[in-house]
Amino acid sequence: MPVVTQESGLNTPPANLVPARITHLRLLEAESIHILREVASEFERPVMLYSIGKDSSVMLRLAQKAFFPGPIPFPLLHVDTGFKFHEMIAFRDAMARSVGAKLLVWRNEPAIAAGTNPIVLDTRRCCGLLKTQALLDALRHYKFDAAFGGARRDEEKSRAKERVYSFRDHAGQWDPKNQRPELWNLYNAHVHPGESIRVFPLSNWTEMDVWQYIHAENIPVVDLYFAKERPMYVRGDALLPIEQDFVARPGEKPQMVKSRLRSLGCSPCTGAIRSDAETIPDIIAELISFRSSERANRAIDHDQEGSMEIKKREGYF
Amino acid sequence: MVASTLSEFSIHDFLGQESAKDLLRFSTAGSVDDGKSTLIGRLLYDTQSVYEDQVRSIEGKGTTAPGQIDFALLTDGLRAEREQGITIDVAYRYFSTARRKFIIADTPGHEQYTRNMATGASTADAAVVLIDATKGVLVQSRRHAYIAALLRVQHVLVAVNKMDLAGYDESVFRTIEQDFLSVLAQISADTGTTTEARFVPVSALAGDNIVHGSRAMPWYTGPSLLELLESLPASQEVQAAPFRMPVQRVLRPDHTFRGFAGQIGSGVVRVGDAIVALPSGKSAKVERIVTWDGDLEEAVAPLSVTLVLDRELDISRGDLIASASAPATVANRARAALVWMDQRPLDRSRRYLLKHTSHTVPVFVSSIEHRTRVDTLAHEPAETLDMNSIGVVALHLLRPIAFDRYAENRSTGAFILIDPATNTTVAAGMISAVLDADSGEQDPWGPVTVGEREARWGHRGGVLELAGPKALIDAVERSLFAIGAVTSRMDADGDALRADEDLAALVAALQADSGLLTLLVRTEESGALTAKAEGVEITVEDGDFLRVVSAVHQLLHRAGTLISTEKAHL
Ligand SMILES: Nc1nc2c(ncn2[C@@H]2O[C@H](COP(=O)(O)OP(=O)(O)OP(=O)(O)O)[C@@H](O)[C@H]2O)c(=O)[nH]1
Ligand SMILES: [Mg+2]
Repeated sequence: MPVVTQESGLNTPPANLVPARITHLRLLEAESIHILREVASEFERPVMLYSIGKDSSVMLRLAQKAFFPGPIPFPLLHVDTGFKFHEMIAFRDAMARSVGAKLLVWRNEPAIAAGTNPIVLDTRRCCGLLKTQALLDALRHYKFDAAFGGARRDEEKSRAKERVYSFRDHAGQWDPKNQRPELWNLYNAHVHPGESIRVFPLSNWTEMDVWQYIHAENIPVVDLYFAKERPMYVRGDALLPIEQDFVARPGEKPQMVKSRLRSLGCSPCTGAIRSDAETIPDIIAELISFRSSERANRAIDHDQEGSMEIKKREGYF
Repeated sequence: MVASTLSEFSIHDFLGQESAKDLLRFSTAGSVDDGKSTLIGRLLYDTQSVYEDQVRSIEGKGTTAPGQIDFALLTDGLRAEREQGITIDVAYRYFSTARRKFIIADTPGHEQYTRNMATGASTADAAVVLIDATKGVLVQSRRHAYIAALLRVQHVLVAVNKMDLAGYDESVFRTIEQDFLSVLAQISADTGTTTEARFVPVSALAGDNIVHGSRAMPWYTGPSLLELLESLPASQEVQAAPFRMPVQRVLRPDHTFRGFAGQIGSGVVRVGDAIVALPSGKSAKVERIVTWDGDLEEAVAPLSVTLVLDRELDISRGDLIASASAPATVANRARAALVWMDQRPLDRSRRYLLKHTSHTVPVFVSSIEHRTRVDTLAHEPAETLDMNSIGVVALHLLRPIAFDRYAENRSTGAFILIDPATNTTVAAGMISAVLDADSGEQDPWGPVTVGEREARWGHRGGVLELAGPKALIDAVERSLFAIGAVTSRMDADGDALRADEDLAALVAALQADSGLLTLLVRTEESGALTAKAEGVEITVEDGDFLRVVSAVHQLLHRAGTLISTEKAHL
C-alpha cells in the first residue's frame, strides 16, 4: 500500500499565479522573523543577548520587524566584560533608547574587581569568567528560559553544527553529540524547569548577507567597523587597539594606522585589520577580496583546536 | 582613493547580481564513510569558498595520505567527529556561484545518527546521495534515499564516489546506476512520488566531476555535480499551492490594531482576498497586509507578514488562516508516515505532543498500519516503531487541527512528536490522509476495541488521583458521571489498598486497560482539592463546586484522558 494515498482535488492552485521573485535576503529575513515570533510566543521569559556588533544590530532590526506595529516583547541583555570599546557602550545605550527596548546590563563584578584580564589569566579563563560565567549568572538571576544570540553557522566549524534552538541543561551546557532533531521549521520549545534554549535566528546568514542587509536596510552600526586613522600597537601583521593600558608591552608605542574592526569583541583580544573601507559598500567590496575568516583576528578562537566548541559546551554562546 | 571609487562603482553591479540569485538548499545522504563530507569540502575548496586560515587549520591532519588535504575536516567541526573520523551531526555550510546561493546540510551516514540526516533533509530542495563505487548500494543508502523521498526532497543527484578506487571504470558506474534505479523505482511505488535522479561518477578526493570535469573518465560527458546543482529548477511549489498562514501571534499594541502575525506557509495573499480561519471555519476578508516596511498589496510564501481582517474573528495562535476557496481539512484523525527517532520505542498507550504549524496538540498513535523494512521496502505488521524505523500509523488527536496532505503542502502536512516526559523530539511525521472517526473494519464478534470504548464513553482509561474534602470529591465524581464517564472509585486509605500499594497500582492499571477511569481518592479535612492525572497535578483552593469541577475537567482534557471536540487550552 502506498504511504501516500492518491486523492485529487483537495487543493487546486490558483489560476492567475505569477510566481514572485524573492531575494535571498528576504528569505533569510522571513525565516528569522518566524523564529523570533515562535520564541516570543512559546517561552515564558525570553531575552535577546545584545552584543552591539553587526549581527546584533541585524537581529535587533529583525525583532522590530517581527512584532511591528507592537513593541519588542522581551528585554535586551548585554553581558559587559568591562573591556568593550567605549564607542560600543555609547552606541548600545543610544540604540536601546531609539528602539524603545528595555536594556539589562550584567557584569561579573567580583571577577572584574579582582582584576581579571586576558594577560593575567589566559584568554580562555578570562572569557570563562567575564563572559560565560556572567551570562549564566544573568540568565539564572532573571530566570530567562530562552535567550536569542546573533551567532551564525558560517562563523566557525562548531557553530556550523548547532541547531536553531540549541538546548542547554541546568548548567547552561551544550551537548553537541546529543542534539535534538530539528525538522522543517517545527521547533521544540519544551524544557524542564532550570533548562533553557539558546536561539539563533541568524543561523543561516553569512557575513556577506549581514553586510548586504545592513546596507539595504540602512541599519546603524558602530563606527569601529569603518576604516579610520586609529592608534594601534603594531605587532607584525597584528594590530592591537590601545583601549586598555595592560595590552602594551614595556616601551611599546602606538602608531596611527588606517584600520577597522571586522568583528567586535573585547578590546584586548580583538585585532583590527588594515583597511580603507570607509563605507558599507567598501566593506562589502573588501569582503569579496578577503582570504581569511572573520574570526581569524579573535584571539579566543585559536588558543587550541576546537576551543570554540569547548567554550560552548561550558555555556558560552 | 582609486581603490575606493573603483569598488564603489562595481559594488552596485555586484549587489544587483546578488539579488538576482536564487537559493537552493541541498543535503547529503548515503552510508557511513562513502565520502559525503569529503565531497562537500572539495566542492567548497574548488569554488574558492573557504578561507586560507580554515585550510591552514586542517593541513596535515585527518585520514588522508601525506600532502593530501582531508577535505572532510572542513565540515566535520566537532572534536568527536575529528577523533572518530565520522560525521555525527549535520554541518550547515554556505557558498554561492555566479548563478545561485547554496545552503548545504552535510549529514552523517552512520545509522545511529539517522535522525540528524532527517534533520538536514527536511528543509532541502535536493539531496545528493553518495554511493561508494567499491561497495555499491548498501542498506543505509536505501534508508537515506527512502527518507529523502518521504520528506519529498524534490531532486535526487546520485554521486557514485571513489571512482579512483574503482579504476575509473565505466562498468562499475553503470552497474551501480542500474541497481540504484531499481531501488528508486521501489521507493516511488511505496511513496507515490516519482523521483527523477541524475547520476554522476565522481572522486571527491581527487576532484573528478565535482566542480570541474574529469580527464580520468572520458566516457562520462555529462555535467559535473556543481553544474547539475546550478541547473536544477528552483521550486515554485510553495507559491503555487493554496494560501495558508498559521497564526504565530496576535499583535494588539493598542485597541485600534489587531493583526495576525505569521509566516506564509504556501500560496499568495492579496488585499481583499476571502479567507477562512480554521478550525472554526469563520470567514473574513483581508483588509491589510502589514509589514515594518509598509503595507503590501500582495504577499507570497514564505514571507513573514501580519494580516488585518475586515471583521473581528476569534483567532488565536495555532489557528490557520487559509484561502476561502481552497481551505484545509479539519479533522482529529489522520494517517501519517512516521520516522521514529528516539531510544524509547513508540508506545501506543502513551500520550505524545504533536507540534504542527504553530500549535501543539496531545495525540495518541491509535494503531500502526505497518512498518516498512528498509532493506526490501516490504511492509510488515508491527506493534511498535523503534529507533530509526519507519512506518505508517493512525493518529488520534485530542483536538481537531487544520492540515493538508504532506504531498500537497509541506508546511501544513508536517509535524513532529514530542515526548512530554523527556521533552525530546521523538518522531517526524508526514500526514497522508484524513481518517474517519470510526474507520477500520469491525469484527462483529471480535473483542471490544479501545477505540470503540473511547468513542462511546468519551474518555480513555486512566487514573485520577484526588485528595481533599469528601464533598468536593463527591462533586467531581458526580460531574464525571453526568457526562457519561465510566468511573470506578477506590479509597486509597481503605484497608485492602493500604495493606498493599502494589495491588492498588495493579488494579488501577487493569481498570485503565479496560477503559475505565479510576478515581483513587484520599479524603482529607483541609479545604483544598489536589488532583493528579498523567503526571500533571493541580490544587484548587476555592470551595466553589463549579470552579473545582471545571478545573478537574480541564486537567483531564490536558492529560488527554477526556476527549473533547472543542478547543481546550493546552
Ligand atoms: N580514494 C578515495 N577516498 C575517498 C574519496 N572520498 C572520500 N574518501 C575517503 O573516505 C573516507 C570517508 O570520507 P568522509 O568524507 O568522512 O565520509 P562521509 O560519507 O562523510 O562519512 P560519514 O559522514 O561519517 O557518514 C575518508 O578517509 C576519505 O578520505 C574518494 O573519492 N576517493
Ligand atoms: Mg561526513
